Amino acid sequence: MPTNLMWLIFLLPVASFVIVSALIKPFINNESKLPGYVTILAITGSFALSVWALVTVMSAEGHVIDVPAITWLNIGNLTISINMIMDSLTAVMLVVVTFVSLMVQIYSLGYLHRDPVNTVDTGFPRYYAWMSLFTASMLGLIIAGNLLMMFMFWEMVGLCSYLLIGFWFHKPAAANAAKKAFIVTRLGDFGFLAAILLIFANTHTFDTNALRDLAMTGVLAGNVLTWAAIGIFAGAAGKSAQFPLHVWLPDAMEGPTPVSALIHSATMVSAGVFLVARTFPLFVFSTQALTTVAIIGGFTAIFAASMGMVMNDIKRVLAYSTISQLGFMMLGLGASGLGIAHESNLTAEIIRGATAVGIFHLFTHAFFKSLLFLGSGSVNHASGTFDMRKMGGLGKAMPWTCITFVIGSLSLAGIWPLAGFWSKDEILAKAMENQPFLFVLALITVFMTAFYMFRAVFMTFSGEYKGGEVHEPHDAQEKASDHEEHNAHTTQPHESPAIMVLPLVLLSILAIVAGFWNITGAFSAFMGHETESKTIIQGLFGVFTENWLPIASLLVAISGIFMAYVMYSVKWLSPSKIADGFFKPLYILFSRKYYMDELYENIIVSKLLLGGLFKGFQKLDEQVIDGTVNGAGSGTRNSGNVLRKLQNGQLQFYGLFIGIGIVAIAVCLFIFG
Amino acid sequence: MVGLQHYLILSAALFAIGMYGVFVKRNAIAILLCVELMLNAVNIALAGFSRYVTPAALTGQIFVIFIMIVAAAEAAIGLAIIIAIYRNRGSIDPDKINLLKW
Repeated sequence: MPTNLMWLIFLLPVASFVIVSALIKPFINNESKLPGYVTILAITGSFALSVWALVTVMSAEGHVIDVPAITWLNIGNLTISINMIMDSLTAVMLVVVTFVSLMVQIYSLGYLHRDPVNTVDTGFPRYYAWMSLFTASMLGLIIAGNLLMMFMFWEMVGLCSYLLIGFWFHKPAAANAAKKAFIVTRLGDFGFLAAILLIFANTHTFDTNALRDLAMTGVLAGNVLTWAAIGIFAGAAGKSAQFPLHVWLPDAMEGPTPVSALIHSATMVSAGVFLVARTFPLFVFSTQALTTVAIIGGFTAIFAASMGMVMNDIKRVLAYSTISQLGFMMLGLGASGLGIAHESNLTAEIIRGATAVGIFHLFTHAFFKSLLFLGSGSVNHASGTFDMRKMGGLGKAMPWTCITFVIGSLSLAGIWPLAGFWSKDEILAKAMENQPFLFVLALITVFMTAFYMFRAVFMTFSGEYKGGEVHEPHDAQEKASDHEEHNAHTTQPHESPAIMVLPLVLLSILAIVAGFWNITGAFSAFMGHETESKTIIQGLFGVFTENWLPIASLLVAISGIFMAYVMYSVKWLSPSKIADGFFKPLYILFSRKYYMDELYENIIVSKLLLGGLFKGFQKLDEQVIDGTVNGAGSGTRNSGNVLRKLQNGQLQFYGLFIGIGIVAIAVCLFIFG
Repeated sequence: MVGLQHYLILSAALFAIGMYGVFVKRNAIAILLCVELMLNAVNIALAGFSRYVTPAALTGQIFVIFIMIVAAAEAAIGLAIIIAIYRNRGSIDPDKINLLKW
């Protein structure tokens, strides 16, 4: 594959962004589907090229292709280049991002078209322009070969996230969620930027491969390496919504559902995991950093899953599930890094291979989580609400959505032989080897995951239909602000149009088969981690004979599903009794999200920042800065008040001073001259 | 023997008297007279310099005549202004002519 075409993967969405936002938008009305077609065409092109790149990388020596760099800037003797890394990590990510993005763009064509907002502003072209820009910046982040480029695209991804969460900016909740996402991730980005500067100050290079070599030869080591890795992880934790920076992601569900499916499940949030994988050579040589990654990841997994169990909004369940699964990926990266950290003669191949566990989960998760999000959008299309208490019985009305959603849930819960089973199992195995305590947490999380997903499934699709959300708009303003509720105002739910069902079906196929890539160990081998290769049948069934872990995790997941079945389908146990009884404190703790929002808003923001720091700044501003400016003004005025008394308008008074002046000049001349 | 310094002392005395009058007089016409006095003090100094420093050239004395002409013209304009002010305000006390005062 010619390397020029690799750049095209990134440039096609850029082109579609420019075309949609600058060339087409002035000439079309909001009914036109043209922006959607342009974007879909561009991303189809990117996807095809990505598949080609993947095939090329697979057959390449060492699964790396050298792409010539382009010089961008020469500052003194520092050269900053635009370079691309094309290795197995890049290739896998490219395929994931372009495929999920393509599915979401197709789905959006049905979901957002004739969106009531479109009648009051330029919703449709705006949506597709930003989606293109987002896809472009995500692809740019993936191919970037130096930290500077990565940081630029990283920030662009953050910007697009802000724009898309706030897509319905006239809704205060959406506007606030967008701001929250932007500010919270910015906290993490601060760490990332600090890490980049720290690395640059010590090594004078931004190049990722050069940094890998420096870390491997031990030039970059010790505290500098640890702090750099932790800084990078802080950035990753912000983007990937890891504790304690997870608070933005559930709120980000205010954005349109396809946006959540693309950005907050499959691609942008996995950028953090990708970043850690890309800079993994820095992590591997610092046990502290790896332990941090593993602990934060493992803790986030169970922490978010516990909240996911009590949410009533289907999208929020999925949001917490995403946080939890991202925690799993981090745990996988940290644990497998710890697994190789003590080995001697680490090669670049081995280090890249160690990321295979986390990246494989990222790979499978992208498919089934975007499937689930799109499914929840389809449910919303039918019932007009995201509140699961108002749904129920939708299985009969919308069979396609129901089947694909169940497939996604099974895959997420980790049921054999769907995709989620294989990737989750490997993370559990790595955790058991290296972090036994986190392994226990992860196993509990598996139970919770199965429980909350099937709680959602049973509440949504089984039982009686509870009417959804039906209310007529009273005036135009309410129509604009609550429009999502009126996407469907029929009392009888119905299946979504074919253009929305098609992506669901395609994604559900991948949610089933994506895991098979690694049954034979092919994925790990592709990433650089050589294992004994097995045949498909050996891998498919032999997984249970090797040790007890897969059986245990499968049993745990099934018991979670059974628990959900007992509570929400046949109702042998009443959920409300459990919530009111023995588990009441826990239930309140979970449903109040561990009071994290309160902690941030009431204590940190309003007391510490607004009450303390910002009040101090205000004092400084009012008294020192304003005081200086006002002092200059009033000083001038006061001196003017005194001096103007001299201008008494009396001729002789002036004359006297002229005379005194002349005498003074004469005396001066006499003395000094 | 009368020398240059006698002329200069007389000139300085006249000039000082004129300046004192300009500063203290409450009557605009008196101030005008004092200004004339100052001008003529300068004339004495110029005539003295002309006589003692450059006796061959007459530039100093010509200059004196010019000053007298200008002073006459100035006195005419000054008196006209004073009359105009008197007609307007009924007073020629310069302390009371303070329209431009803060």
